[in-house]
Amino acid sequence: MTTPSPGFALEIIGLKKAFGGLKVTQGVSLSIRPGERRLIIGPNGAGKTTLFNQISGDMRPNAGQIRLFGEDVTTLAPYQRAHRGLSRTYQIITLFAGDTLEHNVTLGLLGLLPSRWQMWRPLASYRHLAEEARRTLDSVGLLHLADHPVSDLAYGEKRRVELAMALSQKPRVLLLDEPLAGLSNVERATVKALIASISKETTVVMIEHDMDTALDLAETVTLLNYGKVIVDGERDQVIADERTREVYLGA
Amino acid sequence: MKWLAIALFAVVALSLPFVAGDFYINLASQILIAAIFALSLNLLVGFGGMTSLGHASYLGVAAYLAALLTSRYGFDHSSAALISILGTIAMAAFFGIIALRATGLGFLMITLALSQVLWGLAYRMSNVTNGDNGITGVTRPAPFGISLESATSFYWFALAVAVLSFVMMAIFVSSSFGSSLKGVRDQPRRMAALGFNPWMIRWITFIYAGFWGAIAGLLYVYYNKYIHPTSLSTTSSAEALLGVIAGGSGTLAGPAVGAALVLLLKNYASAYIERWNMLLGLVFLFIVLVMPTGIVPGLQKLAARLRGRSS
Amino acid sequence: MQFWIIQGLNSLSLGGLLFLLSSGFSLIFGLMRLANLTHGAFFMLGTYFGAVALRDYSGLNIWVTAIGAGIVVAALGGLFERLVLTRLKTNPLGQVLVTLGMAFIISDACLVLWGGDSIPVPTPRNLQAPTRLFGFVFPTYRLVLVGIAVVAAIALYVLMDRTRLGAMIRAGVDDRQMARAVGIPVSRLFTIVFCLGTGIAGAAGVLGGPILSAYPGLDADMLPLALIVVILGGIGSLFGAFVGSFIIGFIYTFGTALFPELAYIILFLPMIFVIAFRPQGLFGRLAT
Repeated sequence: MTTPSPGFALEIIGLKKAFGGLKVTQGVSLSIRPGERRLIIGPNGAGKTTLFNQISGDMRPNAGQIRLFGEDVTTLAPYQRAHRGLSRTYQIITLFAGDTLEHNVTLGLLGLLPSRWQMWRPLASYRHLAEEARRTLDSVGLLHLADHPVSDLAYGEKRRVELAMALSQKPRVLLLDEPLAGLSNVERATVKALIASISKETTVVMIEHDMDTALDLAETVTLLNYGKVIVDGERDQVIADERTREVYLGA
Repeated sequence: MKWLAIALFAVVALSLPFVAGDFYINLASQILIAAIFALSLNLLVGFGGMTSLGHASYLGVAAYLAALLTSRYGFDHSSAALISILGTIAMAAFFGIIALRATGLGFLMITLALSQVLWGLAYRMSNVTNGDNGITGVTRPAPFGISLESATSFYWFALAVAVLSFVMMAIFVSSSFGSSLKGVRDQPRRMAALGFNPWMIRWITFIYAGFWGAIAGLLYVYYNKYIHPTSLSTTSSAEALLGVIAGGSGTLAGPAVGAALVLLLKNYASAYIERWNMLLGLVFLFIVLVMPTGIVPGLQKLAARLRGRSS
Repeated sequence: MQFWIIQGLNSLSLGGLLFLLSSGFSLIFGLMRLANLTHGAFFMLGTYFGAVALRDYSGLNIWVTAIGAGIVVAALGGLFERLVLTRLKTNPLGQVLVTLGMAFIISDACLVLWGGDSIPVPTPRNLQAPTRLFGFVFPTYRLVLVGIAVVAAIALYVLMDRTRLGAMIRAGVDDRQMARAVGIPVSRLFTIVFCLGTGIAGAAGVLGGPILSAYPGLDADMLPLALIVVILGGIGSLFGAFVGSFIIGFIYTFGTALFPELAYIILFLPMIFVIAFRPQGLFGRLAT
């Protein structure tokens, strides 16, 4: 998608979300530039995943706006946002466990193509999709497992498949929800290298609960607590900021 | 394994009229109709992950429409069939919009309620549907001038339609749309995030399942030359669902096998037991408690074990 | 004018009966996430018990019979829940299918035991004389039914809102995992609620006898009504079941009286509206 994109890749303006009496998002505003690497941190219950859910469209905010490259997407369904260049991974693995890696990534590629509506040609006959899926798997170092079912894989390998699926769509904005959670040291290094190698054409917004692991991937950092933005800015400034220490030590 | 089963089926199906009498040929026709119906339901249950207890609506409505149009309003068979199919598809589209406001148990309850309403209408609107008497005297069509009156000729017709339906459903299921349907069944959120429209995929499948239910309905009313509100009842939907589950909703052919077994059971049991519903209920309990994934997957596992042992 | 009044009262009494029927269904669905398709059959079983007991034993009165039937049906329900439903905890679809199977078994059993003719249930002797109110004549029994429904609603409200059992049930409805985590004996609660729900249905069956009679197919007539009430009123909400019951009672009664052939479509319409515009029902708390 190459519509001219003025200003910010992702803009969140005054977002509010409450569940009954519980205010989960209280007037969050963020502006993320194209190509930026933004890390959103905050203690448990700060509202990070709820924020992501509203950005991806899985949840509707009560008030506020979400703009993707200048376009207001606040009322659009998740699948519509995908077609506008938004991709995300989930905290829990949401792959198709019984299917092969190649099939998983092929589905990822199919999601944006008109041929997804086609009802008579077998999916297996789309050779070019299968080839591109294998290329994607190769780029994340999993080509050797392409014909294995996802259920055969180790947790870290599954995370890489998730990443591969999201990247295969060449998204303009990629949301990564705790991509490093639950990984061993070796797996973490591999996934970090993968994230670091994502092209600058894709804007990356990450949630991580554990600050230390993801910090070197970030250029800018937003600190969230109780659904509000506490600190927002360049990584080193946010780390040095007093309020950050308060939130993590005082909490 | 698959080719062996297909070959076996072909041998049995093609030789049947030459080796068996009319009673068995007719039974085979009934099995084919039940198989088409169960396969259409499995598009929803097995491949779409949408369990419906109201599928008899489509069989029943198509059958009633065809019966009324030909026997009471003088339509010829081709136009009656066409109108029945279109009418049933329109109803499926409408019911789908309502039912798909929910998933899981809510979907089940709504499909059940909708089909019960249709059943009630079939009983009450006696000046249209003839109520409890049903509509008799329906004639069979004569496609290309070939009469379907004899057991054998009807059987070939039903067999042709059944094979066609099976092939078309197999194509549907392995197509990109079919893959996206299975994806939505397994991980709807992930599919939406990837750009698939889950509601639209489910709705289209719902309508397609209704289409094949209508085909089964036409064959049903042509075979029986008669339609009665019982065909719209929950028992009718439940028998199809039992066939799907007993045969195995995870496979393409399973529901056909299950439907055949249910029909055979019904036929033989009714010679000894008057109360079919009670037996149906007990079989339901048995299958769900003892063989939840169905007979065909059970057999597949058995075959795999045997192969493993011999190698 | 008399026509409208009578139909109005019939609506109220049907509504009351529907509340007794669907409150159990709503409770079971709300707590156990189970669409109990046997519910209509349990109701019918109660009606048959009442019809046969009152026909064969002249000393019984309808109130005792109702309580007795309620207890018997509750016991059957409890057995079914313990022996069958608990084995299917991980298979919600399977649970629904066995309740359907059980409904078939019960309805055929009634046919076998008591034949295909409908058995009337006599209105209790002391309530046979009509009541005169505001210059109109009302069948007394129907008035009493409405009263019973209101009393039952209040009793259920008190149970849910003011007792420890009710608090545990509500906790289980809201968050089963959490309830278990704080030590609520969830599976015992399931059995209690299932017995309670089906027992009420059984008792309601007896009480509905004078109006409906016991006949084969009564279960198939009542179940969709309970479904529509719960879809309309919202799952997990007793208040919704109460309001929904009377709305459906009115629509069904007036619909059948004015447009007998289209009564089912008329029932259908509010359900469509609710599902189209408010899928969680009028007062529902759970997403389906």
